[in-house]
Amino acid sequence: MDFKKQFKEGLLTKNPVLVQLLGMCSTLAITTSLFNGLGMGIAVTIILICSNVLISALRKVIPSQIRIAAYIVIIAGFVTIVDLLLQAYIPALSESLGVFIPLIVVNCIILGRAEAFASKNGVLASAVDGLCQGIGYTTALVIVCVIRELLGSGTFGGGLLNGGEGIRIIPEGYPAMQIVMPVGGFLVLGCVIAGSQFLMKKLETRKMDKEAAK
Amino acid sequence: MTESILGIILSALLTENFILVKFYGICPFMGVSKKIDTALGMGMAVTFVMALASAACYGVDLILQALSLTYMQTVVFILVIASIVQVVEMFLKKAVPALYKALGVFLPLITTNCAVLGVVLVNVQEGYGFLHSVVNGAAGGLGFTLAIVLFASVRERVDKAECPECFKGFPIALITAGLLALAFMGFSGLKIF
Repeated sequence: MDFKKQFKEGLLTKNPVLVQLLGMCSTLAITTSLFNGLGMGIAVTIILICSNVLISALRKVIPSQIRIAAYIVIIAGFVTIVDLLLQAYIPALSESLGVFIPLIVVNCIILGRAEAFASKNGVLASAVDGLCQGIGYTTALVIVCVIRELLGSGTFGGGLLNGGEGIRIIPEGYPAMQIVMPVGGFLVLGCVIAGSQFLMKKLETRKMDKEAAK
Repeated sequence: MTESILGIILSALLTENFILVKFYGICPFMGVSKKIDTALGMGMAVTFVMALASAACYGVDLILQALSLTYMQTVVFILVIASIVQVVEMFLKKAVPALYKALGVFLPLITTNCAVLGVVLVNVQEGYGFLHSVVNGAAGGLGFTLAIVLFASVRERVDKAECPECFKGFPIALITAGLLALAFMGFSGLKIF
């Protein structure tokens, strides 16, 4: 088990959103304010850790023919728990994420990690994997959120800071409303992924240069 | 239930298009849109499953309500959808082998398509009746088909165009989808009651 490697994979080299391109629906739909992005990220991280742990613990019991159905039921159970908890304790978040909380069930990240990692590895490693992938997902969401909120509503930290209003950076009337609408989701995510590919390539060439210099 | 059937169809197809406005089913939208033929096949399969799932889940929800187990909706609905997909797959394999072969890989993928679970949950939340639910499911599926076929036909050309190195592949596809969404924004405000 290599915690550092798993962390690096989750956050950078195998980031679920930016590299593996999983869980696009939620990434595009709810990234309109920092509050939504953080809330969704944390909810998914918790569900990912729980489902990874349980699936990894049961990996020898579940027959492989019906494993996908079993995984989906386990995931749906945890999603329901989180959904009810959010409704009870953070109703504002539950309201603004709406139908996308129950839709976490079909978020490919969770099923993907269950199939690719938790079904083959031990409980502790799977928990760490869930945490790292969750952090990677949350980071990507937060990046997209901050850009969209800044350009679309001209604020930072909407729903969280300054009594829910967010800190105004661009004066009212100037921000491009379309960025918080569906169009902006596609455009901003496209640019963010392009940016991450650009950075990744740069890091790779630098690494190769270093090795060549040796 | 004030909306007319025509209103539901129009909004599911254009003003509230499942992919481009509501962001349901982005994964297959991006994954299966490299060729028009496969995009069309996927669209038809999804439409069929969505209409069927809307009908089945309407009945299941009545049972859940009678037992006051509505908090189990998510778990039960996903199971119903998974079994419908399985049944459709087996039925097509026996009855229409040609169609089964054409759809092949896409059939099992439909279970994890958020459009299907999404439409079922929306039906329940909006309190649609049986007919409205089925119409909403079918029209939503047709909206999905419309968007994915349009997108695939644009993408076939975009793939051959030159663009900056770091935008190649997925990012340029997202930008293309963004422009398509911009076009669909023109439909907003269109209403028939």
